[in-house]
Amino acid sequence: MTTPLDQLSVLLLLSAMGLYAVAFVAFALDLARRSSEAQAMADEAASRSAGATASAAVSEVRGGVATLVAAPPSVDGPPRSNRRTAARVALAVLTVGWVLHLGADVLRGIAAARVPWANMYEFSMTGTLIIVGIYLLALTRVDLRFLGAVITGLVLVLLGIATVGFRVAVSPLPPALQSYWLVIHVFVAILGTAFFTLSGAVSAVQLVQARRERVLAAGRTADRVKLLATVPTSTRLENIAYRVAIVGFILWTFTLIAGAIWANHAWGRYWGWDTKEVWTFIIWVIYAGYLHARATRGWRGNGSGWLNLIGYGAVLFNFGVVNVFFHGLHAYSGLSS
Amino acid sequence: MSRPSDAFESGFEDPRPVENPRLGPLEWARWAWRQLTSMRTALLLLLALAIAAVPGSLIPQESADPNGVISWKASNAAFVSIADVLQLFDVYTSAWFSAIYLLLFVSLVGCVVPRLFHHLKALRAAPPRTPARLGRLPAYRTAESEGDAEHALATGERLLRRRRYRLQRYGSSVSAERGYLRETGNLVFHTGLVGVLISVFVGGGFTYTGQRIVATGQTFVNEQQAYDTISTGRFFGDSSLQPYAITLNSLAVKYETRNLAALGEPIDYTADVTTQQPGQKPQKRVIKVNEPLSIGGTDVYLLGNGYAAKLTVRDAKGKVIFGGTVPFRPQDNDLTSLGVVKVGSASPKQLGLVGFLYPTAVRQTTGALASNFPDLLNPIVTFSVYTGSLGSGPQNVYTLDTTGMTQVAGPPTKTKGIQLSPADPVAILPDGLGTVRLDGITRFAALDIHHDPSQGWVGGFVVITVAGLITSLLIPRRRMWLKVTDEDGVLRLEYAALARGDDPALERAVADFAEEHRQALEADRGPVERVPAGV
Repeated sequence: MTTPLDQLSVLLLLSAMGLYAVAFVAFALDLARRSSEAQAMADEAASRSAGATASAAVSEVRGGVATLVAAPPSVDGPPRSNRRTAARVALAVLTVGWVLHLGADVLRGIAAARVPWANMYEFSMTGTLIIVGIYLLALTRVDLRFLGAVITGLVLVLLGIATVGFRVAVSPLPPALQSYWLVIHVFVAILGTAFFTLSGAVSAVQLVQARRERVLAAGRTADRVKLLATVPTSTRLENIAYRVAIVGFILWTFTLIAGAIWANHAWGRYWGWDTKEVWTFIIWVIYAGYLHARATRGWRGNGSGWLNLIGYGAVLFNFGVVNVFFHGLHAYSGLSS
Repeated sequence: MSRPSDAFESGFEDPRPVENPRLGPLEWARWAWRQLTSMRTALLLLLALAIAAVPGSLIPQESADPNGVISWKASNAAFVSIADVLQLFDVYTSAWFSAIYLLLFVSLVGCVVPRLFHHLKALRAAPPRTPARLGRLPAYRTAESEGDAEHALATGERLLRRRRYRLQRYGSSVSAERGYLRETGNLVFHTGLVGVLISVFVGGGFTYTGQRIVATGQTFVNEQQAYDTISTGRFFGDSSLQPYAITLNSLAVKYETRNLAALGEPIDYTADVTTQQPGQKPQKRVIKVNEPLSIGGTDVYLLGNGYAAKLTVRDAKGKVIFGGTVPFRPQDNDLTSLGVVKVGSASPKQLGLVGFLYPTAVRQTTGALASNFPDLLNPIVTFSVYTGSLGSGPQNVYTLDTTGMTQVAGPPTKTKGIQLSPADPVAILPDGLGTVRLDGITRFAALDIHHDPSQGWVGGFVVITVAGLITSLLIPRRRMWLKVTDEDGVLRLEYAALARGDDPALERAVADFAEEHRQALEADRGPVERVPAGV
């Protein structure tokens, strides 16, 4: 049964996806610009390499603040960033798209008269909403515009799969899901997933950046991916990914615990190695390994970056494959088998 | 588990070639212990644990899905023996899975204990000496001021103390450290995990889990033989079951009837029960899917439901040879259900009936019956009839072992099977065997009864663990230094900080401290000049 509200929700979601696609193109254009900018910067630097240090010192004095010695590479971006028209357009479009997405989500909730995350379609819709929301929020604190294309691209793919593969009409909650733990457990899971997504995206860029740094360090000057010159160093990216993953890990721990409490209410045991419980556990252990890898010599850097991506792979697997194809108690995709 | 972040061993690698000394058994043991408790091993064990957990999600597990195990074995006959040897149907209690997590926990304990001593020492120790060259530290800034060096230091101390730093004066410098709670949290987290594991292990011995099907009007008494199935922990004894009784008065089920996309989906189950405990008045209680009933140290869950037929079988002379409520096990979402009647007292041959209950029967184009809605709108019960020996030994109420029996009615025999409905409740058995009467159809509730005294312990340790986790990840531990040098009446102020572990706000902390210090000094004696570093 498709109610008018649900239809409106679909319409809003499709419009949001359209805008996300526009934002994706604009972010991609921005990345292309970065490439030529990096080239120009390199040329400039070559032509007046002698004056460069002096001008930097001057700008610091003019800033009127006591300076940092050995200042870390800034994520606030090079001074040109304000001229990044494509990125600004992308951000504006992304924000409008997010508002429509929010509308779609709220309307779906109203149409179903409950929280909009009771099946996979709704989980995807709310999950991507939170991903974009957290990305927009993070942008107010750190310049992560270089991630825009990755984030919008990923969200578009996820929403595409959700609307084509997971879409189900509004239906009442089965008795097993009629619990306030649905609100808590699933929402915390969505939040955790969103933070893991952001962290994984940063780690992906980190790995590419680290590769470029290795090539440059080896003395080969051919810097093919020039746009990376405008992106923070791999160490800096690793720190960002780590901090975002910490939040994700804490939320995931709560997901696990809230799930155990709910399982104890609904199924009579807090832990029973149901397929979904197994994968939630696997994800928790992988991310625990990731946090440890940061403190292990030989694993810092690339090793931890890969672990983060493996962890995120397990998150996607847990959602996309375990829900649909594995036999278990968490049968809530709403898809008929 | 990482080395303590304030351990000094790291970073100094001896460049000389390593001579391998001869190792005695003790040295080998020490070496093995070092390896096991190293961070790298812990990390590898964590990853091994993640990988080892995967097969249990691919192959059905005896504990979570026993029916899945049976059908997996049937369709993968060639691999059953290998899977059994590898304990693939009990992955999470298997020797290899247990080995991994036990090693992990040994490694964890071996790491936590030395760290605990280290931390206890650090908690009582003063912050370390001020490094000679503060400019080499990751966060550093300088300023100049006029006035009294001692006053500048005292002001700095006052500000740092307000920021809850622990302080130590070393000559003309102040050394400060904060965030000891980070390491405390880390230790609490790991200790809490051990606590969770032990409570699960020990508590598991006292648990029991039983299942019982109760039809409307029937009463369950909490005795071991009243359970259809029961599994008990190793410390389970006769006195473990507290006496109580639960009578199922009614089981109300609501199905979706308006939303066509979800037609026939259940939207509510409510079991009305009367409970009776010794020395107490009977109480009316309700059990729902997410609302178990707590009684006599157990939780009673409503985990399944279905239909039960009240049947009476008489022999040719009209004598009642069977009378009772027979549960029919649901086979699909529209509750087409399968049931068995075993008449052991029939003579000369024993009698068995196998059949279906269709709550809303419709005749398909093939002529076969089917149910197309789960509620009782047009119920029909059908039976095939067998005669012979029911077999001896324990009986499964849901299956009829027909090896010693002959089918006398129902397809594929030529005799028509039995068909009963509320409107037409009596049928005559073939071959003069007697009659069957359908006296009514009710619902049954499948109750799960659990007793787990370790829940509180597990919950308590989990709370401790989470508190430790959050503290250890979010509280920054840092050292801060203030050094004041008097250069002919001009005070040179140096501020520096070092993070112990991840600290996103290190530079900001130094900047804030320097700025606050400047303002405090200014308030005391007028403007302070600042100059860029290195001048």
